[in-house]
Amino acid sequence: MNALGFPILSIMLAVPLVAALWALFAPGDEEARARNARVSAIAATLIDFVLGLLLWVKFDSTTAAFQFQENMPLFAPYFGWKLGIDGIAMMLIQLSTFLMPICILASWRSIQKRVPEYMAAFLLMETLMIGVFSAQDLFLFYIFFEAGLIPMYLIIGIWGGARRIYASYKFFLYTLLGSVVMLIAMLWMVNQAGTTDIPTLMTHDFPVHAQIWLWLAFFASFAVKMPMWPVHTWLPDAHVEAPTAGSVILAGVLLKMGGYGFIRFSLPMFPEASAQLMWLVFGLSMVAVVYTSLVALVQTDMKKLIAYSSVAHMAFVTIGLFAFNQQGIEGALIVMLSHGLVSGALFLCVGVIYDRLHTREIARYGGLANNMPRYAIFFLLFTMASIGLPGTSGFVGEFLVLLGAYHAGSWVAFVATTGIILGAAYSLYLYRRIAYGPLDKEDVAAMPDLSARELWLLAPIAAVVLWMGVYPESFLKPMRVSVESLMHRIDKAAPQGDAKIARHAPAPTSAAPSSEAH
Amino acid sequence: MQSLHQSLGLSAPELVLSLGAMALLMIGVFRGNGALRLLSWLAVGIYALAIVAVIGGNAGIGYDGLYVADAFSGFLKIVIYVAAAAATLLAVPYMERSHGTRFEFPVLLLLSATGMSMMVSAGDMISLYVGLELQSLAAYVLAAFNRGEARSSEAGLKYFVLGALASGVLLYGISLVYGFTGTTRFDQVAQVIATTPRSIGILFGLTFVLAGLAFKISAVPFHMWTPDVYEGAPTPVAAFFASAPKVAAMGLLTRVAVEAFGGASGDWRQIVIFAAIASIVLGAIGAIGQSNIKRLLAYSSINNVGFALIGLAAATPEGVASVLFYMVVYAVMTIGSFICVLQMRDLDGRPVETIAALSGLSRTRPGLAAAFAIFMFSLAGIPPLFGFWPKFMVFNAAVQAGLVPLAVIGIAASVIGAFYYLKVVKTIYFDEPVQQFAGADSSVNLGMLTLSALFVSPLGYFAIPALSAASLAAARALF
Repeated sequence: MNALGFPILSIMLAVPLVAALWALFAPGDEEARARNARVSAIAATLIDFVLGLLLWVKFDSTTAAFQFQENMPLFAPYFGWKLGIDGIAMMLIQLSTFLMPICILASWRSIQKRVPEYMAAFLLMETLMIGVFSAQDLFLFYIFFEAGLIPMYLIIGIWGGARRIYASYKFFLYTLLGSVVMLIAMLWMVNQAGTTDIPTLMTHDFPVHAQIWLWLAFFASFAVKMPMWPVHTWLPDAHVEAPTAGSVILAGVLLKMGGYGFIRFSLPMFPEASAQLMWLVFGLSMVAVVYTSLVALVQTDMKKLIAYSSVAHMAFVTIGLFAFNQQGIEGALIVMLSHGLVSGALFLCVGVIYDRLHTREIARYGGLANNMPRYAIFFLLFTMASIGLPGTSGFVGEFLVLLGAYHAGSWVAFVATTGIILGAAYSLYLYRRIAYGPLDKEDVAAMPDLSARELWLLAPIAAVVLWMGVYPESFLKPMRVSVESLMHRIDKAAPQGDAKIARHAPAPTSAAPSSEAH
Repeated sequence: MQSLHQSLGLSAPELVLSLGAMALLMIGVFRGNGALRLLSWLAVGIYALAIVAVIGGNAGIGYDGLYVADAFSGFLKIVIYVAAAAATLLAVPYMERSHGTRFEFPVLLLLSATGMSMMVSAGDMISLYVGLELQSLAAYVLAAFNRGEARSSEAGLKYFVLGALASGVLLYGISLVYGFTGTTRFDQVAQVIATTPRSIGILFGLTFVLAGLAFKISAVPFHMWTPDVYEGAPTPVAAFFASAPKVAAMGLLTRVAVEAFGGASGDWRQIVIFAAIASIVLGAIGAIGQSNIKRLLAYSSINNVGFALIGLAAATPEGVASVLFYMVVYAVMTIGSFICVLQMRDLDGRPVETIAALSGLSRTRPGLAAAFAIFMFSLAGIPPLFGFWPKFMVFNAAVQAGLVPLAVIGIAASVIGAFYYLKVVKTIYFDEPVQQFAGADSSVNLGMLTLSALFVSPLGYFAIPALSAASLAAARALF
């Protein structure tokens, strides 16, 4: 049992699940069922949010050990119901529970058909997301990881846009193909190490020649999920066709599962292979940063533009993770959290005007700063955060990643930095075309400003984005010890970087105080 | 040498079934076709009695080695009886609706089940053949049960001609094995293989025996009959074909491969690996173009047999256990899917079989749609549905046996298979409704549908400890 005296993680998993079942099976006519589904969805996600905050409050950020552990050998002899979190998982759970109520609220009005099924699918997604981040058993993780495909497939396919069917197939089959190979690797690992316990496996030394194959198998799965160039092509389709809340969850949380996978599996379980294949990750990420930014620049569809920018941001995450130093990894984690909030918010911003005009074509808008000033302010804030303006969360993460990347290879840092410039280009270009310019289209001019509900969707995200930008220590602190223990584990394999850094003058970073720890 | 009554005691389940079948036949003859419902429920009672006989029976070898009762046969018999009982019940509304209600249906199923029971208990090539033929002869008649319908007669004829050919191949193989080993008993064949250098004649015999059995489990390249027979046969019969006989033939194949030819596992493994990969890939690709749901399920069964064969290729107790586990879950998924197909009737009660007719089913019949989707995702092996777990078990066994490339190819090909299952789900959930279906046909079918859907839902995972312990105990009986 754990510090709280009750199995909090299981409860967090169960609450949305029960609410989903209730939303599906509650009696009544269509109207009543829809209302009931909305209410139970928002209630369940808020309960989970509160429970998530409780986790944060009770979390002991002085130890790297897994906390709030639960273990029941329900599925002996193959695997068990084993949950527990460290700081990294805890922060990602915060991200999920924070975004979920916002997603539900964002769909309050815009979803009118088959509401109970919709809410049930989202609640199921929440259970599975928390499950992925809290599973401590290899196969339990796999089941949660894969199971997310089904509700997301339904969300895209039922409530999506015009090309929803193509997008839903592509999403499902792409990610499935990536993950199945990982399953074979997991089976091999479990047979070799004799345990399915993730913390034990994280300290198990696999033979180096096998590590390469295992690493590649895991890479196949996580690279698709991330997504990394060149297996990113499912993402623009899925994002564009998914309903607004679906895009938020996809960009906000599902993409983070790839990064989480690298941190939890690839790096600690196969440190030597990670070091040897660093060039692969860096190479793909460098291509992604430049290429997808250029592609984003020419998009005419708002959601597609944001989707490509997601790929570019995720490339920062992979660069940071495989930089093999603390700044890089902490930066990657902050980029993950920040991107989850910012891209989610940007999709919500798109959703706001999409609900009014029912088109995502950038050229159809223009001059919104005149008739929708409040909207323009929020949109500007999130655009700036996406660019990485100091004072917003985007800056902290990207700065740390670049710092870490510079230690690992100066050319990587150079190419990644051009990505930031290109990122500013496409973001500002998007903002200019939507918010500025003459307000010469009648239907655009007739659009009302943010409603109270929409305001309350964006305001909390904006607050957290600024908080993370001004005082990132609140978010880094719970993760620091976990990152340190990860560093301790992979240090022996860390390759030599080409940067010539003066020994006596360490780079001034927010992570600097803790670098003395090892 | 045992006395006759000892042997009879060992074969109590078969005695119950065959005496029961004769009794039911008598009742049917005197009561006429109106007694179908009564006979069906009586048949279920007989299956229950046979299960009791299996559970209460002793292990041992009877009839001078012709018959084996062990944990392996016991496990399979229970699965077969339950599947046959389900097939008996699910057919009742269908048979009553169709113009030619005939009381022979449950009786034929009973006889077929007796044959399957013999198959999994065979300890000798001759009893193997007798059991197989008893099962097959009943099945040929069942395939052509709607004798007024050209499609059904065609299915029966096709099944019979090809089945007879396969039996011939099997017999030829048996005769070669007999010729080169001097015995037809499994244990003695194994002894000869272990003590003498491998002769080319035994290899030929082995290959022919495997080919004959591959026909029965419809593994590629002996699968051609499956889609046609499933499509033509009445739907309840197709449900039966896809479940119990597959389980029995798979059990038989496993016993022959491990018990008689265990010493030559290096030789038959290549055949099994080829059949496994070919079945998975061909089953998946063949299914993509299908527009008839029964043909799709036929290809799906070919595909699933391929996965089960991966477990057999491992040739370890864990591998055999995974085959048994696979067949249990597969039987439940298949019967559930076919009950869903049985519910596809237009408002006049005529059966509909095109996939396109399922469009928008989630609007008109949300419960049925959910069950259908559960079975499809489960057949595709997507976690958290229970259909994932048997695939996990066979791949686990393959990896443990060092067959990593086989596992990788198999699991990568499963993604192709996922495509056509997704197609069905897409039709059900994403498309606009085109057709109204009639209501559920019987509360019994609805109950069985619910039970099987719950079993393959994530709730099924709670059965893992018990089911895997039972299948492992059964598998160890062969080693």
